[in-house]
Amino acid sequence: MLSLALELTQGSRGRRRSFPDLLRSMSREKPKSFQSLILTLHDYWSRQGCVILQPHDVEVGAGTLHPATVLRALGPKPWNAAYVQPSRRPGDGRYGENPNRLQHYYQYQVILKPNPENMQDLYLGSLDAIGLDLRTHDIRFVEDDWENPTVGAWGLGWEVWCDGMEVSQYTYFQQVGGLDVSPVAGELTYGLERLAMYVFGVDNVYDLPFNDPDSPLGATSYGEVFLENERQQSEANFHGYDVAVLKQQFEQMEEQVPLMLARSYQNKALVLPAYDMVLKASHLFNLMNARGAIAVAERASYIGRIRDLCKLCAQAWVDQQEAA
Amino acid sequence: MPQLLLELFSEEIPARMQAQAAKDLERMAREHLAAAGFLPEALKTFAGPRRLTLVAEGLPLAQADRREELKGPRVGAPPQAMEGFLRKTGLSQDQLVERDGVYMAFIDKKGRPTAEIVAEMVEAIVRGFPWPKSMTWGTKKLRWVRPLKRILCVLDREVVPFAIEGIPSGDVTEGHRFMGDGQPFVAKDFDEYAAGLEAHFVVLDVEERKQRILEGCKTLCFARHLELVEDQGLLEEVAGLAEWPTPVLGDMDPAFLDLPPEVIRTSMRTHQKYFAVRKAGEEGLAPHFITIANIQAADGGAVIAAGNAKVLSSRLSDARFFWDEDVKVGFEPWLEKLNGVTFHAKLGTMAQRVERIVALAGEIAPLVGADVAKTKEAARLAKADLASQMVGEFPELQGIMGGYYARQFGMDSEIADAVRDHYKPQGPSDAVPTATVSVAVALADKLDTLVGFFAIDEKPTGSKDPYALRRAALGVIRIILESGARIPLQTVLARSVQRNELKYTLSLQAREFRQDAPSLGDFSVSVANDVLAFFADRLKVTLRDQGKRHDLVDAVFALGDDDLARIVARVEALDGFLKTDDGKNLLAGYKRASNILKAEEKKGALPTGEPEAPAADSAAEVQLYDALRVLKGPLADALAREDFTGAMAQLAGLRGPVDAYLDGVFVNDPEHRDNRLKTLAAVREAMGQVADFGLIAG
Repeated sequence: MLSLALELTQGSRGRRRSFPDLLRSMSREKPKSFQSLILTLHDYWSRQGCVILQPHDVEVGAGTLHPATVLRALGPKPWNAAYVQPSRRPGDGRYGENPNRLQHYYQYQVILKPNPENMQDLYLGSLDAIGLDLRTHDIRFVEDDWENPTVGAWGLGWEVWCDGMEVSQYTYFQQVGGLDVSPVAGELTYGLERLAMYVFGVDNVYDLPFNDPDSPLGATSYGEVFLENERQQSEANFHGYDVAVLKQQFEQMEEQVPLMLARSYQNKALVLPAYDMVLKASHLFNLMNARGAIAVAERASYIGRIRDLCKLCAQAWVDQQEAA
Repeated sequence: MPQLLLELFSEEIPARMQAQAAKDLERMAREHLAAAGFLPEALKTFAGPRRLTLVAEGLPLAQADRREELKGPRVGAPPQAMEGFLRKTGLSQDQLVERDGVYMAFIDKKGRPTAEIVAEMVEAIVRGFPWPKSMTWGTKKLRWVRPLKRILCVLDREVVPFAIEGIPSGDVTEGHRFMGDGQPFVAKDFDEYAAGLEAHFVVLDVEERKQRILEGCKTLCFARHLELVEDQGLLEEVAGLAEWPTPVLGDMDPAFLDLPPEVIRTSMRTHQKYFAVRKAGEEGLAPHFITIANIQAADGGAVIAAGNAKVLSSRLSDARFFWDEDVKVGFEPWLEKLNGVTFHAKLGTMAQRVERIVALAGEIAPLVGADVAKTKEAARLAKADLASQMVGEFPELQGIMGGYYARQFGMDSEIADAVRDHYKPQGPSDAVPTATVSVAVALADKLDTLVGFFAIDEKPTGSKDPYALRRAALGVIRIILESGARIPLQTVLARSVQRNELKYTLSLQAREFRQDAPSLGDFSVSVANDVLAFFADRLKVTLRDQGKRHDLVDAVFALGDDDLARIVARVEALDGFLKTDDGKNLLAGYKRASNILKAEEKKGALPTGEPEAPAADSAAEVQLYDALRVLKGPLADALAREDFTGAMAQLAGLRGPVDAYLDGVFVNDPEHRDNRLKTLAAVREAMGQVADFGLIAG
């Protein structure tokens, strides 16, 4: 079955549109702010036929972990979606003092399943849409095989470099939750802050224009929105959370996952709530890690525990998809 | 003669896989063509970021017609045999020909069209290509390194028609991703293909891409009185990352030049794949870099240079952050951390390894004239930088950073140098340490690795050497030979096993595979002997690379010596000796004598003891008897002085007498047998002090 994205980008003669053709059809309105960068990507991927989703409402360490990617990558059904996902990496907190590092930031995530033939061209079209002139900048696809051991996932692909800076991760998923991804899903991840800093020529993330700098209601910077959050969350991540409580919560979540999977509604195991619990466990692990409560030797075992939970969910999800 | 052109056009192929892919494509194509009876006049393959290409010249358009001869049953064989043969050949009995009592079938086979064979070949190559890692994509089951987009396959200007999982063959390909008109173009032969690629901004041949990069870099440098810091590995990599490689020079904030140059270069190379530059004729780095872009930008690369400079600044800021954090921490807390770092599950933590190296280094220090206290301190500190942030980020800077940090903390410079150099030599082109403390720690580091992995039975097998033990052994050999260090390896190795055996976790399991070595003493000797034999093997490889005969190593090792410097001196003297006439003839004489002794030995034990003086009228006997007697003292002296060339010269004196003896004396004369055998045994024994000549070929 052809994906929607592929159908939409095929010309009427059935010939694949080459990259310059795509460029000529683009509007050349360049984003001026962080939020318009996001809106441009939304608009672009919406025009390619993607479902534009909103963030998942559980803390995750990366946009990939949204069920719209981890779970929907599995099973036989086509799925094309794009969304922004706030990502939390408690250990990366710098109290707002590092111009490049945040414990809460945004990833833009696209998943195309099965990956269309012209996915690379579609991706390049998105860079052009956000204002990167591909005949002036140096875009390269540099080998980078992606792997996420906590969800038992890996794929082959590249880091995409723009003038030496990694602007995206481009992956053809081969396995998720230890299961083969078939048909293969193509995944794109854009680090939004970094990309925006590059596009707008800003050296400090907190100086990024969040809204249009010429807005009649006044300009708002990224720092005005998030700096205080970075300070307070950093302190909580490194010193605030009670390790004993985190550990207890982790163990409770771990216990609950199989129990939730054992329950069902209309003959379907409760995979989606169970997966949310896996995400919570994963975030609790990240918090414990940031608090320095995980010894080097324990790390692998915690990751293995989360992966096992994730595999349970993945298998249950695939069973449901294949039964449907 | 017709030409075959094949291009497999895909999404970006990892740079590190391209060179091997070109070789594999060539090998597979040659094998397939040969199996079909084709021997192309020329066959060349190319690999680049998006394409593998093959061109074969001089193929016929079809296989030659062949007449196959099949041997059938004998005349008069049972009817079942004949039936089977007829079924197999599809012939009837009257079509068979009788020859020498056997039925023969002659089957004419029409040669198949080459296009058919090529179509099968391409499919087999694509489906069986040995990529180190491959993937599936979309709904296809086909595997390739990244999605395969097009197959161009033309034979004699005609498309060879076939399709692999929905990817049809054709005569169309694409050029550069961003430059040019971006339109696919037709290529019906290699000339059109090469011209098309050039017009579409693709340099097909990796050698040309490298040339273009080097020349571009040199032009950029020349204009600014700079010099490129050449880096072959980086050149290979960037040549696989761009179809139209275009060097662009960018500026680096000079404030970063206070970081160690290795840090700057490593950061540039590993993260950014930039070349470093230096001021023409000067040592340190210049505040610039060269990146190899994939496009010739309309603005001359100004935007590319500025963007890359910014990325480099943030990378170097990270490096400076690591440096600043590291110098706040220092060696003792790092050493503490090594308690939590596993070296190998069966060999304990990195901290335990440090203890072992300290003990070994302390033992080696006096043997190489190093200060024992300094050596032990250097060994104790050598691995600390593994816990530093900088080495965490750039593992290849291990040792180098330790050296810088040791200096930063005002440590003794011999210690700092030893920390820096103890990993050396890291490859055949790397220098070996020469300072005594560095030599001791470098040897201890490698010997501990060898002893440890041999003790837990993790020896290299075939092409598998995950712990780089061959490199460690070669390192030991090179350090010992270049420093002339005299080390009784057997003893040192065995003691190291004894000292540490109980600390090797799972030591009992480790010993299980050595049933022959029940006690700790036996175990340690057995491990030490294995490591020594491993050195012998490595030494053979080294000597063979130097063009020396490697059987001589066996001849010398058989003496049971464990001092590599002495072993090599012996091998070299022996090598020289065997190149002389005296040497060659004496070796032949030795073999004859030794064959006689072996033959006689089978009849019963040989007589023992010194030969007695022969009868005065037997000239040949007297001559050899005297020669052996005269030889004794000077030979022992030369050996004691380790003057092996001198020892060989002494042996040369035996040549004439031995020849004359073997030609003129009947050994098995019943009356004189005992004494004559004793004489031959004396020859064997005298020569055996220099080497086991019995193990020398020739």
